[in-house]
Amino acid sequence: MTGSISLVGYGLSAIGPAIAVGLIFAAYINGVARQPEARGMLQPIAILGFALAEALAIFGLVLFFIKS
Amino acid sequence: MSKRAAVVPSRGQHYTELIYDFARNSIARDMIGSKHFRPYLPLIFALFVFILFNNLAGIIPFLQLPTMSRIGFPIGLVLIVYVVYHFVGIKHMGVGGYFKHMVPPGLPGWVVPVVFLLELMTYFITRPLTLALRLFGNMFAGHMVLVVFIVGGWTLFTSDSIGLKFVALPAWLMAFVMTLFEGLVQFLQAFVFTLLTASYIAGALEDSH
Repeated sequence: MTGSISLVGYGLSAIGPAIAVGLIFAAYINGVARQPEARGMLQPIAILGFALAEALAIFGLVLFFIKS
Repeated sequence: MSKRAAVVPSRGQHYTELIYDFARNSIARDMIGSKHFRPYLPLIFALFVFILFNNLAGIIPFLQLPTMSRIGFPIGLVLIVYVVYHFVGIKHMGVGGYFKHMVPPGLPGWVVPVVFLLELMTYFITRPLTLALRLFGNMFAGHMVLVVFIVGGWTLFTSDSIGLKFVALPAWLMAFVMTLFEGLVQFLQAFVFTLLTASYIAGALEDSH
């Protein structure tokens, strides 16, 4: 079996952003459930937060390619 | 298209207006604010449509290569955005004012240099880097997932063992499901890219932080 151990590292590093994205959308769903009329205001905020948290996972992917 | 515009829209006009409305109202107006968003509307609409259609090339059968999975294309787009939001900020506040507005007001004196350095890094390094890498990474990873399931399925199907031939079917089913999922991701990435562009422009237009 051959391969790069940094792939495992990337898998591990994806856990953090995954939890973060989950928390962000949990908060968004909570907010919309409590106040449905706030959806339009919450949506860009949620997507922005999602994009920023996801950037870390993307960094991991790129670092994996730099390393290997 | 605009020459044939009618009060009662045809089907094509309806869908065109749907996309335009989305870019105009949900992205530009919501992020930049109804007062200032007009001059940036062409840029934002063009970016959104360009990225959306180039991304969708990733799931159109027999084409199946998203343009943005080649790092040069996102970098090219980000260069435009990078120049635009710095230019807007400097035009709006002047060079000194632009650097001053990076630090939020009301901080104690000793934190200001630290925060200024951090914000400088955010404005000049982190923002363009994440913007380009996010689009590239998502398209590239999505393309890889499709390759794994489709080509992997083909390898299983052409193998000698009869058992492995049957495993190819779930693999191709998975490829179909992932194609639908990629469609969602591709739309979302076009949306996120344009949304962040609009938010950077909005940040450069703010009078105080």
